[in-house]
Amino acid sequence: MSQVLEYSEKVMDHFTNPRNVGEIENPSGVGTVGNAKCGDIMRMYLDIQDGVVKDAKFKTFGCGAAVATSSMVTELVIGKTVEEALKVTNKAVMEALDGLPPVKVHCSLLAEEAIHAALWDYATDNGITIEGLEPPVKDIEEKEGHESAE
Amino acid sequence: MTDLIYLDNAATTPVDNRVFEAMKPYFEEYYGNASSVYRFAGKSTNAVDEARRIVAAFLGADKEEIYFTAGGSESDNWALKATAFSLKEKGKHIITSKIEHHAILHTCEYLEKLGFEVTYLDVDENGVIKLDELKSAIREDTILISIMFANNEIGTVEPVKEIGKIAREHGIIFHTDAVQAYGHVPINVEEMNIDILSASGHKIYGPKGVGIMYLRKNVRIGSFIHGGGQERGKRAGTYNTPGIVGFGEATRIASEKMKERYEYETKLRDYLIKGILEKIPYTKLNGHPTNRLSNNVNISFRFIEGESLLMLLDQKGICGSSGSACTSGSLDPSHVLLAIGLPHEIAHGSLRLTLSHNNTKEEIDYVIEELRKIVERLRCMSPLYEDFIRNN
Repeated sequence: MSQVLEYSEKVMDHFTNPRNVGEIENPSGVGTVGNAKCGDIMRMYLDIQDGVVKDAKFKTFGCGAAVATSSMVTELVIGKTVEEALKVTNKAVMEALDGLPPVKVHCSLLAEEAIHAALWDYATDNGITIEGLEPPVKDIEEKEGHESAE
Repeated sequence: MTDLIYLDNAATTPVDNRVFEAMKPYFEEYYGNASSVYRFAGKSTNAVDEARRIVAAFLGADKEEIYFTAGGSESDNWALKATAFSLKEKGKHIITSKIEHHAILHTCEYLEKLGFEVTYLDVDENGVIKLDELKSAIREDTILISIMFANNEIGTVEPVKEIGKIAREHGIIFHTDAVQAYGHVPINVEEMNIDILSASGHKIYGPKGVGIMYLRKNVRIGSFIHGGGQERGKRAGTYNTPGIVGFGEATRIASEKMKERYEYETKLRDYLIKGILEKIPYTKLNGHPTNRLSNNVNISFRFIEGESLLMLLDQKGICGSSGSACTSGSLDPSHVLLAIGLPHEIAHGSLRLTLSHNNTKEEIDYVIEELRKIVERLRCMSPLYEDFIRNN
């Protein structure tokens, strides 16, 4: 019925002691991606001042990898300019976590997408254009084309 | 209290020390091949025979109707494939349910690829087969009905006797996967009209890698494992003497202790269910409230996901399992939880805890308290919970 997957120590650390869990009051941007049907939802809050990510918080419904990738991506974007934050890829999140089991790669895509969704919210609210930023995909599976389905 | 609280007895059980002791001589001392002629092997032959006698008596069957296999999955495969192949001239239709173990479901899918037709019966919200739907699914060419005795995930016990009666009235072979029920609830193949039955050793404090298939005398189906002439030519392979002895001893103990264990486990089970439902909000019991295995607790926790729950329980030394998709590597949660009508997101947040007579009330109290804290922690992290609180 179930198998808890082999996770790296970093994943376990970020799952057990997730960084930046919570909400931001009056955030500059909020993005929610994933769906409950597939078992993962991530919500990312960003506080952006003068084009720099001052703070990031998250809430996640999902597995160990979903929590760990959310936690890691917040650490990666804090202190970066919005342009730099946009370039934080799922690969970077995975590398920072010392890898993910293959069936969990979609969690890192979701984390990347959650940041994009929050940035999109920030950009549309402020009527600015961030180069390379596309409208968020609500359901990451659409983008992946169900590649993660084993 | 020990460091480990094992609540996954539906996955497997520890080997009872008496079982282990009974097996030992057949590894070291009496290692002879039970099929050999010389007197030295006679010890092994007799031991296999005695185990067969114990199992037959336990099921109300004849010794000649018990076949030793390598476990529940082999017995299920044998029952389905051999029945299908042996009766294909008579018909190609099989009836089973949507909540069977994968050993049945995936075998059925395989048979479908070979041209057999399978009806997968729905169950009600408690996971019980609907007998009128079973009756109306029966066709002229139905050759087999395979319905599990009790469900491995939600513990619901099926109306096996009634299903057997319907099968008998229509002259259809009735197989039941009794892997979770064998040794836990009384089973009588005569009273329950069972033609074929699968059971496994490691769910009843016996060894892994050994099981049985009961096959009624007048039901003629072919072999599944071809080779030597063991098991009256029906199941080839050198006798796994220590395993078979272990299965026999585990059955003997189960038969002696069944009532006592059932009463103890039922009390503990209901105490655990009540504790969770009372102390943790937005929870729901899955499976039949009363007509369920004495060791099975299956609860859905809204707004959280099962794998996270299992990982945090593991950190507290508690072993359980979940119907979450994340624990299986697929996108869909448990087929059983979906079949009883749970929405996907609630099925993802399910937890199965399966007790044994070895668990104590003290352990259950600890589990309830830890579970309460863990669920609260995960809900604080959940956007679904955030939305729920905001909108209510």
